[in-house]
Amino acid sequence: MKITQKDVEYVANLARLEFSEDEKKTLTLQLERILGYMDKLNEVNTSDILPTASVVDLKNIFREDIVENFKNTDGIIANAPEREERFFKVKKIIE
Amino acid sequence: MDYKESISKLTNDVKNKVISAREITGYFMDRIKKNDSQLTAFMEIYEKDSLLKAEEIDKKIQSGQKTGLLAGLPIAIKDNMCITGKKTTCSSKILENYISPYTATVIEKLEQEDAIIIGKTNMDEFAMGSSTENSAYKVTKNPWNKDYIPGGSSGGSAVSVSAGLSALALGSDTGGSIRQPASCCGVVGLKPTYGRVSRYGLIAFGSSLDQIGTFSKYVADSALLLQVISGYDRKDSTSANIPVPDYKALINSRKDLKGLKIGLPKEYFISGIDKDVSEAVKESIKVLEKLGATILDISLPHTEYAVAVYYILAPSEASANLARFDSVKYGYREENTSGLMDTYRKSRGKGFGSEVKRRIMLGTYALSAGYYDAYYGKAQRVRTLIKKDFEEAFKKVDAIVTPTAPSAAFKIGERTDDPLQMYLSDIFTIPCNLAGIPGISIPCGFTKNNLPVGLQILGRHFDEKTILEISNSYEQATAWHLKYPEV
Repeated sequence: MKITQKDVEYVANLARLEFSEDEKKTLTLQLERILGYMDKLNEVNTSDILPTASVVDLKNIFREDIVENFKNTDGIIANAPEREERFFKVKKIIE
Repeated sequence: MDYKESISKLTNDVKNKVISAREITGYFMDRIKKNDSQLTAFMEIYEKDSLLKAEEIDKKIQSGQKTGLLAGLPIAIKDNMCITGKKTTCSSKILENYISPYTATVIEKLEQEDAIIIGKTNMDEFAMGSSTENSAYKVTKNPWNKDYIPGGSSGGSAVSVSAGLSALALGSDTGGSIRQPASCCGVVGLKPTYGRVSRYGLIAFGSSLDQIGTFSKYVADSALLLQVISGYDRKDSTSANIPVPDYKALINSRKDLKGLKIGLPKEYFISGIDKDVSEAVKESIKVLEKLGATILDISLPHTEYAVAVYYILAPSEASANLARFDSVKYGYREENTSGLMDTYRKSRGKGFGSEVKRRIMLGTYALSAGYYDAYYGKAQRVRTLIKKDFEEAFKKVDAIVTPTAPSAAFKIGERTDDPLQMYLSDIFTIPCNLAGIPGISIPCGFTKNNLPVGLQILGRHFDEKTILEISNSYEQATAWHLKYPEV
């Protein structure tokens, strides 16, 4: 699988990551090498094999839908990089 | 006071007032102060809190109140588990100032049993790495030789126990992050079955693989610690509602390994393994045979695909889990930006280190439109085959024995330029996580350079008992656990 710098830029945007030009160059080479190694999986015939959904017998767990108030909301708000009163503050969303 | 004591001896001494919890805690605190400037295993030390807690326990004992199973025992915690009011950084710049607003279930369980949380340990950023060199803060040194890595990602926790800076430690294991550093540092490292221990309050990396587990100097101590942290937790719906056995009593009641069948998978005894490692492992197998176990050759035919499967699945899950670091509710925020999207990109670009970004990129690529089936879908199918290999093997044997890693610890800086080479350090530990089975690494020898070698023992789902029994019998029959690094 050939990876181009354009691929790296496309994926970086999906992942919300900014890279310098140097980082992009290095990543292009590294991703190509790592993904090339993954091609090994094509040796395995999996046409009749189901994908793993869970490694142990997990069953869906239901519980009563009862509201429990989290006691330390101040502790949550205190971690905000920017806030106003009890709100998280961000830059303008609609551009 | 001696850090070489087992925790059962120490807890008894505390209960019988031979020594106080305050004295034990003060003793380990002094060892940390004396040695951690060189080893740099710790991110933070809770000196005041630890001593206060120890005094509380001593008061309990003085007044004749019942105390917990770990009364007065100092334990170090990998810095990806939350404790209310304390920093949890995951050794990442993005969480440099993050103060946990809640406490992980494992920490609550430790506190209920009167353990003393003495501090948080260094790790590869977000648990991504095999050497602890990916920490954004510091490089942790191997106590056996400070030019060498301690393994990773739970390197700080492994060093803390190996160098006698704490009696016990907790780590997390997604692809070998407990067993591989345990092997590198010459201690016991146990990754329980997926679901055995609640992960509530563990910062998620690969949710279908992550598991909290133990570090200790002796097998019986890990058995006791496992007993304390195991069990169903309604806050983690992947935790299993299966009774927790009295692991410690169980392993003490077994004196030999008669009647047990142990498998040696031929795919784990291949060329490319360090000669000293393969010799140490072969010698250990002879010991297991002498103890009465029947040794059988088995095959796990899809082993060679495990690294490729893992490095698709773990980064895919990580890319989703780490999407929450958006610099809005917590974490590093870059201020000089042109709008919200730009804030996301710049904050994450600066806040995450290069290995974390590499894995987010790999995972995002593998999950992106047009590639999902070829990578993620394919990997989950091959994972089914790897899991089936183990199911077939466990029809014939009770446990599987392998080297923990293909080599002993490597030199600091030796593999940092080549991510793929670093990923291959996990070749023998990864299949266990992919199948969700329990695995343990115990000390089984040394290389010519005097670096520890680890023996890995894998068991059936929820059968930690058998691998602990084998480990304990092996430990009783050998003397590797009595060796200590000079720090």
